[in-house]
Amino acid sequence: MAIEADVVVVGGGLAGATAALSAAREGVHVHLISAKESTLRQASGLIDALGYPDPDGRSPPLANPYDGVDDLPDGHPYRVVGADALREGLALFDDAVGDRYRGGHTDRNALVATTSGRAKPTARYPRSVAPGLVSDDRDTLLVGFEAATDFDAPLAAERLTAAGVPFDVAGATIAFPGDYRADAAVTRLAHALERDEDAGNGRSTRQRLADRVRPHLGDAERVGFPAMLGDAHVEEVRADLSDRLGAEVFEIPTGPPSLPGIRLEDRLFEALDEAGVSMTTGNPVVDYETDADGDIDRVIVDRNGARIPYDADAYVLATGGLVGKGVESDRDGPREGVFGCRVPAPDDRMAWSEAGAFADHAFARFGVDTDERLRPLGSDGEPEFGNLFAAGGVVGGADVAREKSASGVSLATGLVAGRTAAEEA
Amino acid sequence: MSDGHDTHHTDDDCGCSDAEATRPAGAGAVPDGGTATDGGTATETGGDFEPVDVFGGEDMDLRPGADSCYKCTSCDTSCPVAEVDDSFPGPKFQGPEQWRLKRKEDTEIDDSITGCSNCMRCDGACPSDVPLSQMHNSARGEYVDNQMDKLSREYVRNRILANYGTLARVGSKVPRLTNAVMGNSLVQKVNEKVLGITAERDFPEFADETFRSWWKQRGGPKVQSEEKRIAYFHGDYANYNTVEVAKALVRVYEEFGYEILVPDQRCSGTPMFANGMLDDARRSAKVNVENLGDAIENGYDVVASCTSCSMALRQEYPELFDFEGTETVSANTYDALEYLLVNENVIDPVRAVDGDQLDLPDFAYHAPCHSRNQGLDRQAVELFRHLDGVDVEDVGDSCSGISGTYGWKEEKYDYSMEIGEEMFEHMEHAEGETGMTECPTCSMQMEHGTGYEINHPLEVLEKALVETDVEV
Ligand SMILES: Cc1cc2nc3c(=O)[nH]c(=O)nc-3n(C[C@H](O)[C@H](O)[C@H](O)COP(=O)(O)OP(=O)(O)OC[C@H]3O[C@@H](n4cnc5c(N)ncnc54)[C@H](O)[C@@H]3O)c2cc1C
Ligand code: SF4
Ligand code: SF4
Repeated sequence: MAIEADVVVVGGGLAGATAALSAAREGVHVHLISAKESTLRQASGLIDALGYPDPDGRSPPLANPYDGVDDLPDGHPYRVVGADALREGLALFDDAVGDRYRGGHTDRNALVATTSGRAKPTARYPRSVAPGLVSDDRDTLLVGFEAATDFDAPLAAERLTAAGVPFDVAGATIAFPGDYRADAAVTRLAHALERDEDAGNGRSTRQRLADRVRPHLGDAERVGFPAMLGDAHVEEVRADLSDRLGAEVFEIPTGPPSLPGIRLEDRLFEALDEAGVSMTTGNPVVDYETDADGDIDRVIVDRNGARIPYDADAYVLATGGLVGKGVESDRDGPREGVFGCRVPAPDDRMAWSEAGAFADHAFARFGVDTDERLRPLGSDGEPEFGNLFAAGGVVGGADVAREKSASGVSLATGLVAGRTAAEEA
Repeated sequence: MSDGHDTHHTDDDCGCSDAEATRPAGAGAVPDGGTATDGGTATETGGDFEPVDVFGGEDMDLRPGADSCYKCTSCDTSCPVAEVDDSFPGPKFQGPEQWRLKRKEDTEIDDSITGCSNCMRCDGACPSDVPLSQMHNSARGEYVDNQMDKLSREYVRNRILANYGTLARVGSKVPRLTNAVMGNSLVQKVNEKVLGITAERDFPEFADETFRSWWKQRGGPKVQSEEKRIAYFHGDYANYNTVEVAKALVRVYEEFGYEILVPDQRCSGTPMFANGMLDDARRSAKVNVENLGDAIENGYDVVASCTSCSMALRQEYPELFDFEGTETVSANTYDALEYLLVNENVIDPVRAVDGDQLDLPDFAYHAPCHSRNQGLDRQAVELFRHLDGVDVEDVGDSCSGISGTYGWKEEKYDYSMEIGEEMFEHMEHAEGETGMTECPTCSMQMEHGTGYEINHPLEVLEKALVETDVEV
């Protein structure tokens, strides 16, 4: 015996979750297997679709992500699955997250202020981030905390000003109210705000926070904090602080660990549960067996040395790129880690990368090459397996960090891979 | 508006490519097999990481594991203790950072290590496979061996809590008397004052008859089978306290045609690891590995009904010990429900049951941290989805807060309840007013925080499949 489903999805990041939801919508029983918590917990929680299509990075950010699809190189996942898949993937996302996110009413990218004082083009953003959009012309105060050193509010304000934003922006750094260790985890501080803990002198955390911000307020009509205004009840915290300050409070997405990313992951897993998807997290898929046709018969999960088989009719590979550990690289070159699918790469290692961190590196595009149904292809151009479909970071051809397209690629390919897998099942 | 034109190239807010470029390679650090030689290398992991048994004379060198930490702080974010206890610096410090400091001569283990409850959540959170709980367990062992005053109240108390099974062996001989004494509030006050065991909690009651004596009375297994054989690791709680769970396991497994062996066994060692009593744990583990290893050789798979026991056998034994057969026991040990789901068709018979005819309430289910770490956190909810008329609702992913002996310590009690608060709230919001969990101490905490009665999934399965006329 084995654990059985119609479709097994390997990987629990944005791509895996999307593929599982997409397959479940087709009415099949899906089992999602994920080794570790995904990179969503570290990601900003922003859903980038396409910000900079051109590989030289010389053009300004795209106003409409769909406009850039044709400018992408051949073999880019958007070119493989088509712009409609991106549109449908984003629609599936909107459906899953409901009113927690904004941006779904328009095809346009929004420009969101980042902790380093830049404006980033993104397609969907958390509701808590919305009042901070750079296109909004209300005067702004940015507030950083001494404890949370990765957001330097005065510097961010200076940079935004230099970039010519259409509003006045000032920055202030204050001490987080209450008595916490100097290196307290942001989640600790977020929970203090959420529970509105006692912060000394008979005053609560939010009360004292507002008191400390008020002297810096000036004419600002909105106030941005690093994204740590509570966890599940961020809207309540935001409303309360806005009230106390008489200015609209918003969040600025931060680096890891990212509360908007954690909130998004929680919501996606809820949506998977509602859709009846079975889930196993914590153990990796390490092996597979094939049937007489050479298709995948079952995958094997390693649980401290025990091999647990999972059977399905079709499989989705959504193990991520180099970060998610879907693509591995050794002396012989890169390859896909679970099924050993081919990852095309220049023979000459010197050609893998260029000088400069964000140059057009070949390695950034590493991933499996697929047909239009998203089946990974072998060196003969034929699908490696008839019933394996790839999604997300493991798919090659996109340089998501430079293009600002990571989540969009996961949504578009997740949608198609999930649907085609369900058809196969 | 910003000119993304030449700034986005160095945009560090996304972080994806930075992380890709700088992420340390290799050194996957979770042991995954290999041969054990006494006192020597325990495992080989594909990378160049070789943890060495702490007890082999030399110190365990987990430094390469520490080196693969890229300070993402995911572990700190997931630590329930760091969340409420401001004096606890969190898993990143206890693990990789402390290990790096320790490379210098004369560096002592920081005494904050005793604040860790051994919930092992940090293990599951680390994307880089840093062996955090293994680091904590061995640091704690070293701390207790070298730095702790063996006459201190704390040491004595921890030793008593860690060796609950020894107490239970005595107490269960005269269960009624022991229950009366331990339930006495004066005794509880004395325990708190003298020993530092909180008076807030009620001692778990001893059953009138231990599981082992029931098993003996009954004449052992009622089913004989050459192919389907399990060796039951009941642990101390199911033997002395929650005997109904152990009986449910027997009835369910026999219903599926399994021959059951109940080998001689000691405590799994979980409370000992958590208190740094590694010598005690080693003695117990040795007996368990020998006896379970023999059973495996005779065709039995090992099955545990407590997820901390299965965790110890599966993960902690191979991380900390290298008795012959440790790896075999690890690879052949399963959680009771997991084993059935892998090997039997459980879903169809459950689906065939008319749940409305059963005398079963709706449940608020909590997945213990040690089941979560094994990837078993969803199994009960997903199985009982198929049981008509009985609703099993997951009450969220927070830790229950008791973590074995942690919540019994007078100075930790308040933290323990603070950690559990989220679970209590979720339980109260859930439809069901009966709790469900696999872990006996989580079960105590759930009951303590809400007053609900708590069942084990095996008890529910017993009601659904054994007491009805459903074909399995
Ligand atoms: C720091 C950081 C910041 C980011 N910021 C942004 C942003 O601002 N905007 C944006 O749009 N995107 C951002 N992203 C990218 C985005 O979050 C996702 O990483 C991307 O969409 C790829 O998703 P994925 O699901 O393919 O891969 P991942 O999220 O990497 O998930 C892969 C999953 O597969 C699992 N897995 C791997 N191997 C196995 C195996 N053998 N068996 C079982 N499971 C396995 C992993 O445990 C993981 O859960 C960021 C990413 C990072 C790391
Ligand atoms: S085991 Fe639990 S309490 Fe200990 S450091 Fe890890 S997460 Fe924190
Ligand atoms: S989760 Fe792992 S890599 Fe991240 S800080 Fe903790 S130990 Fe280091």
